[in-house]
Amino acid sequence: MARYSGLRILGEGFRGNSGWQPAWRKPAPKASYDVVVIGGGGHGLATAFYLAEVHGIRNVAVLERGLIGQGNTGRNTTIVRSNYMLPENNNFYEHSLKLWEGLEQSLGYNVMMSQRGVINLFHNDAQRNAALRRGNSMRLNGIDAEIIDREGVKAMCPIVDLDNGRYPVMGGLLQRRGGTARHDAVAWGFAHAADARGVDIIEHCEVTGMIAEGGAIQGVRTSRGEIRAPKVGLAVAGHTSTLTEMAGFRVPIETHLLQAFVSEGLKPLIDCVVTFGAGHFYVSQSDKGGLVFGGGLDGYPSYGQRGTLPEAEHVYAAGVSMIPALGRLRGLRSWAGVMDMTPDGSFYICKTPVQGLYMTAGWCYGGFKATPGSGWCHAWTIAKDEPHRLNAAHTLDRFREGRMLDERGNGPFFWAQ
Amino acid sequence: MTQPHRLATGGHVDRATRLSFSFDGRRYEGHAGDTLASALLANGVRLVGRSFKYHRPRGIFSAGVEEPNALVELREGARREPNTRATVAELFDGLSATSQNRRGSLAFDWMAVNGLLSPWLGAGFYYKTFMWPAAFWERVYEPMIRKAAGLGRASRLPDPDHYDAAHAHCDVLVVGAGAAGLAAARAAGATGARVILMEQDFMLGGDLLNEPGLEAWRRETVAALAAMPEVTLMPRSTVFGFYDQGVLGAVERLADHLAEPPPHTPRQRYWTIRAKEVVLATGAHERLIAFPGNDRPGVMLAGAARTYARRYGVRAGETAALFATHDGAYDAAFAIAEAGARIAAIIDPRSDSAAMQRAREAGFSVKAGSVVSGTMGGNALRGIAIGAQGSGARGDAVPVDLLMVAGGWNPAVHLASMSGAALAWDEALHTFVPGTPVQRERSAGACRGVNGIGAAAADGAAAGRDAAIAAGFAAGPDNTLPDTLAADHCSYPVWEVKGRGKAFVDLQDDVTTNDIRLAHREGFSHIEHAKRYTTHAMGTDQGKTGGIVGAAVLAEARGEPVAKVGLPRFRPYTAPIAWGAMAGQEVGKHFQPVRRTSLHAVHDAAGAVWMDAGIWKRPAYYPKREDADAWASVLREARAVRQRVGICDVSTLGKIAVEGPDAATFLDRVYANTFSTLPVGRARYGLMLREDGIVFDDGTTSRIGPERFFVTTTTAQAGPVMQHLEFHLASAWPDLDVSLASVTDQWAAVAIAGPKAREVVAGMVEGIDLSNDAFPFMAVADCIAAGVPARLFRISFSGELAYEVAMPAGHAAHVWRAAMQVGATHGIEPYGMEALGLLRIEKGHVAGSELNGQTTAHDLGLGRMLKKKGDFIGRVLAQRPGMTDPSRPRLVGLRSVDPRRQIRAGAHLLVDGRDQGWITSATQSVVDPGWIGLGMLREGEARIGSTILAANPLMGEEVPVRVVSPHGYDPENRLVRA
Amino acid sequence: MLRIPCPHCGARDEIEFTYRGDATVARPGPDAGVDAFHDYLYLRTNPRGWQAEWWQHSSGCRAFLKLLRHTVTHEIRAVATATETLEVPGA
Repeated sequence: MARYSGLRILGEGFRGNSGWQPAWRKPAPKASYDVVVIGGGGHGLATAFYLAEVHGIRNVAVLERGLIGQGNTGRNTTIVRSNYMLPENNNFYEHSLKLWEGLEQSLGYNVMMSQRGVINLFHNDAQRNAALRRGNSMRLNGIDAEIIDREGVKAMCPIVDLDNGRYPVMGGLLQRRGGTARHDAVAWGFAHAADARGVDIIEHCEVTGMIAEGGAIQGVRTSRGEIRAPKVGLAVAGHTSTLTEMAGFRVPIETHLLQAFVSEGLKPLIDCVVTFGAGHFYVSQSDKGGLVFGGGLDGYPSYGQRGTLPEAEHVYAAGVSMIPALGRLRGLRSWAGVMDMTPDGSFYICKTPVQGLYMTAGWCYGGFKATPGSGWCHAWTIAKDEPHRLNAAHTLDRFREGRMLDERGNGPFFWAQ
Repeated sequence: MTQPHRLATGGHVDRATRLSFSFDGRRYEGHAGDTLASALLANGVRLVGRSFKYHRPRGIFSAGVEEPNALVELREGARREPNTRATVAELFDGLSATSQNRRGSLAFDWMAVNGLLSPWLGAGFYYKTFMWPAAFWERVYEPMIRKAAGLGRASRLPDPDHYDAAHAHCDVLVVGAGAAGLAAARAAGATGARVILMEQDFMLGGDLLNEPGLEAWRRETVAALAAMPEVTLMPRSTVFGFYDQGVLGAVERLADHLAEPPPHTPRQRYWTIRAKEVVLATGAHERLIAFPGNDRPGVMLAGAARTYARRYGVRAGETAALFATHDGAYDAAFAIAEAGARIAAIIDPRSDSAAMQRAREAGFSVKAGSVVSGTMGGNALRGIAIGAQGSGARGDAVPVDLLMVAGGWNPAVHLASMSGAALAWDEALHTFVPGTPVQRERSAGACRGVNGIGAAAADGAAAGRDAAIAAGFAAGPDNTLPDTLAADHCSYPVWEVKGRGKAFVDLQDDVTTNDIRLAHREGFSHIEHAKRYTTHAMGTDQGKTGGIVGAAVLAEARGEPVAKVGLPRFRPYTAPIAWGAMAGQEVGKHFQPVRRTSLHAVHDAAGAVWMDAGIWKRPAYYPKREDADAWASVLREARAVRQRVGICDVSTLGKIAVEGPDAATFLDRVYANTFSTLPVGRARYGLMLREDGIVFDDGTTSRIGPERFFVTTTTAQAGPVMQHLEFHLASAWPDLDVSLASVTDQWAAVAIAGPKAREVVAGMVEGIDLSNDAFPFMAVADCIAAGVPARLFRISFSGELAYEVAMPAGHAAHVWRAAMQVGATHGIEPYGMEALGLLRIEKGHVAGSELNGQTTAHDLGLGRMLKKKGDFIGRVLAQRPGMTDPSRPRLVGLRSVDPRRQIRAGAHLLVDGRDQGWITSATQSVVDPGWIGLGMLREGEARIGSTILAANPLMGEEVPVRVVSPHGYDPENRLVRA
Repeated sequence: MLRIPCPHCGARDEIEFTYRGDATVARPGPDAGVDAFHDYLYLRTNPRGWQAEWWQHSSGCRAFLKLLRHTVTHEIRAVATATETLEVPGA
């Protein structure tokens, strides 16, 4: 398949754009593969890409129940960052961020990774202290972080109301290398690049059962027949429990709703990602001009992919409280994704109780930024049958061992993470 | 100022009321009843905007919410609203609007050069380039794309208006007040049901407003509805979403038709509506046809041209053509002809029909079997080409300045779809209609494909009656319905006319038929993928006119029926809604409630500087004139406590009355330490764990009677602890006979601390022997304080001899003043949160920054508190290896080696360059001046006495600190027991 | 938006209530070990379908209730007080 480039666009433009080929093939499933990855979202496609690219494992199928990139990959607020406190997390996310930084070049696909800076506002001493602890942890792990004062916030996002009547802004924790990416392009780019390396991406292929013998995986049953593989990776965030139930075990996951919103298109207004510290709200502006924003969970388990009004009201209210100019703009569309919520807010990339079955799951509502890192670590774990040091702590067993990775200390409550 | 295209008579505008307005700085005049669009057309303004990508000139395309082109920046200054649809913006005197998305003038936008580059700017071109060099994306490519993209400009100023929120309940909600909706509301209202009729337009009637012959019925029906006491008519109200369990959201525009809201009037009101039954009568949007040049100013939906003529008395063109695909469209030709325009041609791909014959009889030139194959003109339409259907030839040119396009009708199925109903393909209408309802809703009229006013009204009346019956009412009397000639609205499916030139399926985002085909060629063949790849139907109009046309073009490329291709999922909102309306009133200083203690006014009078503690306001410190800075105040207050006596408001602590025969058993299970052994009249420090063994909260709990306990919690965890107790009582131990009541608000409390505390308390409390033997450390007793009933605790957070006096909240100010009066001779000073924090850090007491949800009792040096026998929450999981790992960070005290060098909470603790912990709390000390803190440090106990580094790279600080015991002040507790 | 039928107060909006987890797990007895408590606190069936769950009418009567609710349609089929049992279809 020919590579994408400006030159190619130029040539195709003169030929009426008639020479473009599918961005990825639509192959029929083979009877067996070396590795089957379940889930054609960003994480599954990235897993397949890195299996081929890093580990030379190219006889790989990605099985997707519907269309690639239509789950949480296509329903998030597109934020990319590595501003975590616990070293187990920030080192992983930093690895992911570094992959993001070279993703266009390694995929040959423009995912519009835009390092426009991510600011977490804080409004009181306790929040500032927590921001310092987190930012210093980042710095000591070699990750960029800055603490900025009110003037710094004003300089980066002049329309933030520093003196908002209830919780004046004290300052912010800034990660300049954080930013946003074009979510759909991430799925398509990984699909394009994985396909070019021989991976079969099989859409409309629903896994209906696991084939295991003697505690070891042998393959999967699908709506398009049995597919054998000695190794199977799960990358189906939001639906992990459904798949692990087929494999015969339960996981520490509860599925919750998260809404996201987009405004009408506007000329450039917000040049960075800003999160409110006094309520759950974050906003950035897409390259197309829409403000992309969101808040917290709706608060109860759901696979419904549709949100409810009270949380939306809170999100909009927090938005106006942070940026009063937003009141005059209009919300265009809202949607919801279903999240694997974990009891410590951190993810799983690990082996499972079934030999040869691996998973990347439990992404709560931070999965998008993890896409390349998750695929990279998941691929490593599958290829080597052991975790990389970056995901060694992110096991299902950590709760049995009492080694939780609870960034904010919210406790063993799925809905509070 | 002459409105050359305004008819002398007819329609629903008030010609006696002249309204002045401006567009792009030029002044015009319109009438009450106009929209901005109708007034612009009356003045002959055809060019109103520029498209998103190619910056092509665009005119007014529709007469409603579906408008893709005529978006303007409405108003000026802080009230500027970008992307306002001129077609629904009500005209008011002094209205000012500006065209958007242009560089240069509207007539000459130099960004239109993009149109010439369109072969290279097709769908998804940006995914394939701008990758090298990597650093250029943020610096060069993206800023360029961003500036070119977007539509209108936000004001960047705070929105000066305010918004309201309200709730409504009804038996039947009718959405849409066209013929179907009015008939539905009347039929439902006639049963006595409580009915709400919401209509997004400012006039009720929908298509009836275009039918002078039915005006009498419309007026009579509206009047009848207005007279029904249980019927509420709500024009200017957009139902934006249909949510679970019969809940719908709506926004009512109260003042958008005015220059600005009158004083004390909200601009808009956000409604949450709970309806037993819903009738959706949302009508239909007319469909565009994708022929080359279908976007020139002067190309307009046929129904819109008819509406401008009949409702607004405006002739949208002088020489018009109609591109019709069904008989229902022909009335547009008659309407525009009646308005004085010349009909140059009627183009219809069909061979013959009743309407075509009527048109011929009226003298119109009807071109059967023909299609519009192209358009001519620059900033305005000058002519069209008419080719034979299916020939691909461009055909003859006909000069026109208005082309009316009638591609058929798209039922407005948005709300039905959002309610969960699947969509079904209607083969006769070539469109999707609502399938079987999932919720208690039904569609009526054009939104389910029942076209024609008479048929829609009949359908609506039946739906309204059925809905009321389903809501439990008996059918009421029938009403007369309009009797109209039914026209055939079954369109001949012409989705696209192929030819040279761009044919748009999405006018706003400049998505062409070729873009859709390119997406298919590149494998984006599913409608959801094609939508995302091309941005089709992702504009502010969400594809209301062209969405299905794009699906049809995709269907043809795939070689499959449109029904199989389907439409992308409908999601809220049916139309864009104001951010401020969704936000409502809980913004700015009302974002969250303010919680004040009953001593708030006392602190205010004492000049307190306030700080936020959750939603509470608490005094941080009380500055005095002689204090050089905030620290001076804090140190002064802390010194008063250490040397004399201080008083502090501790009312925010959570207080829970735990009572009943099993109260002691219950507390033994929820606390890690034992309470059943606590004697009446004594308090005990308690440690509460979460079930995962992490420390949840701490506080003192007192035994007031054999079956009565008074539990206190930290301020932050008052709510969570209450819920935790209630949950476990309900779920784990329902057999225990215990009652729980939060009494946080009932009891106010003050701490009186310092060497002179006993003297102060003695001077105001009656009924208690305060001698150390009679009322020792941890004693509790009811008493009279300053003449009011109170409860006295001998407990200490500061490490000094201290008491807490709790009293009914209403008496707190009185007790505080009495203490200040008695204490005056002892030098009493009020102290705030900052001094409180300083004192507890000196003493080594943990607080929120140590009890942060990540620490175990062992980590905090409180491991010995965990009882060895008996069940309690957190006992089992606290034993997991990771929880008892000796390498976990432990609580230590820290002291800056150089007393002048500040250490900060949030700094990390480096040992030989390795990150071994962090500082949780820091302050200046009054006992031993210098900077001290508490921290969590690996191998903390073993490192006591060593010097390590407090690193704060964020602020460029590295401060040597000595590790000390956290309990630096009076470790033997002599003072508190004195 | 959920409308939850509180047996004490009547149907109320979801904003008055607080979700408090799967109601099919029960706190193990005092003699149970780490594994039992681990499963109780962390492992979830997380059904795509009917689930019995704890809700507190936190801004109302403060009672803890058990709801039988569908996690896709959000339909609430049954509500019970804390000591009553709810049959979960298919469980």
